[in-house]
Amino acid sequence: MTEAAKKKVVKAAPKAAKAPVAAKLARAKPKVAVWKFASCDGCQLSLLACEDELLDVVGEIEIAYFLEATTAKIDGPYDISLVEGSITTEHDLHRLRKIRQESKMLITIGACATAGGIQALKNFAKVDDYIRAVYDHPEFIKTLPTSTPIKDHVPVDFELRGCPINKAELLEAISALLNKRTPNIAHTSQCIECKKKGTVCLMVAKGVPCLGPVTHAGCGNLCPSTNRGCFGCFGPSESANGPALAKQLEKLGMTKREIRDFFRSYNAHAAAFRKTSEMYDV
Amino acid sequence: MATAAKTPTKAKAAAKTAAKEAPSKSVKAKKPVMGTRTIQVDELSRVEGEGALFVRVKDGVIKECHFKIVEPPRFFEAFLKGRSYLEVPDITARICGICPMAYLMGAQQAMEDALGITITQPIRDLRRIMYCGEWIESHVLHAAMLHAPDFLGLDDALQLAATNKAVVEKALRLKKLGNDLLEVIGGGRAIHPINTRVGGFYKVPTKKALRGMMDELKWGIEASIDLAKLFGTFTFPDFEYDYHCVALHHPDHYAIVEGDVISNRGIHIPVREFHQVFQESHVSYSTALHGSSRGDNEPYLAGPNARYNLNYKQLTKLAKQTAKEIGLGEVVNNPFKSILVRMVETVYACEEALRLIKAYEEPDVAFVEGRPRASEGFGMTEAPRGVCYHSYKLDSEGRVLKAVISSPTAQNQPQIERDLYGVVERSLDLDDEALKQRCELTIRNYDPCISCSAHFLNLTMVRE
Repeated sequence: MTEAAKKKVVKAAPKAAKAPVAAKLARAKPKVAVWKFASCDGCQLSLLACEDELLDVVGEIEIAYFLEATTAKIDGPYDISLVEGSITTEHDLHRLRKIRQESKMLITIGACATAGGIQALKNFAKVDDYIRAVYDHPEFIKTLPTSTPIKDHVPVDFELRGCPINKAELLEAISALLNKRTPNIAHTSQCIECKKKGTVCLMVAKGVPCLGPVTHAGCGNLCPSTNRGCFGCFGPSESANGPALAKQLEKLGMTKREIRDFFRSYNAHAAAFRKTSEMYDV
Repeated sequence: MATAAKTPTKAKAAAKTAAKEAPSKSVKAKKPVMGTRTIQVDELSRVEGEGALFVRVKDGVIKECHFKIVEPPRFFEAFLKGRSYLEVPDITARICGICPMAYLMGAQQAMEDALGITITQPIRDLRRIMYCGEWIESHVLHAAMLHAPDFLGLDDALQLAATNKAVVEKALRLKKLGNDLLEVIGGGRAIHPINTRVGGFYKVPTKKALRGMMDELKWGIEASIDLAKLFGTFTFPDFEYDYHCVALHHPDHYAIVEGDVISNRGIHIPVREFHQVFQESHVSYSTALHGSSRGDNEPYLAGPNARYNLNYKQLTKLAKQTAKEIGLGEVVNNPFKSILVRMVETVYACEEALRLIKAYEEPDVAFVEGRPRASEGFGMTEAPRGVCYHSYKLDSEGRVLKAVISSPTAQNQPQIERDLYGVVERSLDLDDEALKQRCELTIRNYDPCISCSAHFLNLTMVRE
């Protein structure tokens, strides 16, 4: 897909940008903004990590706001807003609503923006206990009791999953949206990625616990092809049957608590994972 | 316990005694402007995470100088409680997308310390190669893409690409080299690699795959020397500070992944004693905890300049030669020259990765297993921006009872404020816009990783 995405970007970047026509095209460049909420920055970094494609991509768009990469800021409205991170403060909620108003298209990038992220583990605890565990002066800290995905607060046009996102999927999404087509992003489960890649099933052959059957495809089959069971960083697949997989994990000898924690990590707040983990609350 | 929330008078006194003011070439000192002057940056750019700066000057005297971290808190230490030791490194990696290695490996070391696991030499070497990858990727991103535009008066590296595309292309290729090292060993992705675990790796990389990196590493050595020489032509503000430098030190090599904690003021302690000598405290304007040394509550410096000053002798001949050619002595106390030290360390990291890859043989065992026990463990590595400390208490099943993580930016935050104080004091005759830029540059010297520390920046300057 990297190759495919690369080709599309290159194709979308005709080197015609020489003559007066280029000036017209330049004015027509879509304005792209990159926003951050509670997150580790890893997903927006994925854009800077497209080293081979970066200069081609930015040749096709106008970076209107990308605080991590540039001081330059251009006012909205924006054609595409890429949103990283989850909502954990009242202030961020207001900021998000303003960004939505100014954005024609809003794409969430990564597990935090799409599902609440690892910090959504606090949704399962009392937040005051959390603040006291980390900070000497809890009165200095203003935070909402939950970490929630962007779609819980404003309409989202497209979601990219992963902790972090797969940069090939990011390039595909940007290039598709620039060319007004639907991004070609896999909607199957990680199991299908194993079959496609010829990875022997870790669970069947070696009894290794794996969330592959219920996890969204898209990472490129990283863990199973590295002798590691999938730990669900792309979140639940569309038709995830958590309880059925959990039964299987029981048979492998996992304790209730282990099963609960297995489903309760980087996408803990995503419905299919949340519900399954709650069934195993001890 | 406002150990790190420096009162202006205290900071001023310290800045006066500690900083050696070099004669200013470009600006003549003017009489202090009377009245209130405020410099405020609410959204600091080209840093990792959300931060802000607030400076208030009254009648030419700095009254307040805060580097604020406004990143929303994420409570890692809290939700790690009750999680299995095996899960912890992957969870802590999510503290930071730029330097996940500092969190993966710091936590892995701490767990291995707790469980009494001794890893094998090949696993040690693979970790060091990966960490070299992270230094290359992070140093080049910061130096070339985020910091260099400041010295050139540009908004970003894309503007640099418009005038000097070859330089940006070289930087991107070098950054990619770092990421490729992380991918080859880390299981296919550089941000939050999946192949590392407590005790070693899930799957050892093949000799062939690693050897495939050798030509690019040879190119990387030359490319990083070129970039170092280019950045060596920049004009650096005259500012020096008598820093308390803190870094890891290892008898055998320039410390990256392991070592003891040493300082230029006589500290030499094992990692497990770190918090007996250094502390963190919570101040009202920041979601990051502030680091300081326990004895005098004074700030200290972690990061490339601290490492260079303490471990210079262990750099390679070529790295030392590059340093000399770009005008660096054996000690660098000008924080603005950290961009040069980062490139010297990049030369070193390319050479070191190449050396280790040449000698690499695939080990038979990918990881060393351990048995959970009630225990306590400590870990520390040199993240690109400075020492990153981990400690965990585990119960008999290997579940976390207590987690303490000190990020390099949180440790550096009080020193950043000291630098700002000194820089603002010397630059009051600049107009607000120029002063604001100077302040932002001062903060970027630290390559602050704000997501890490809040667990960066808005500048507010009030001139009264």
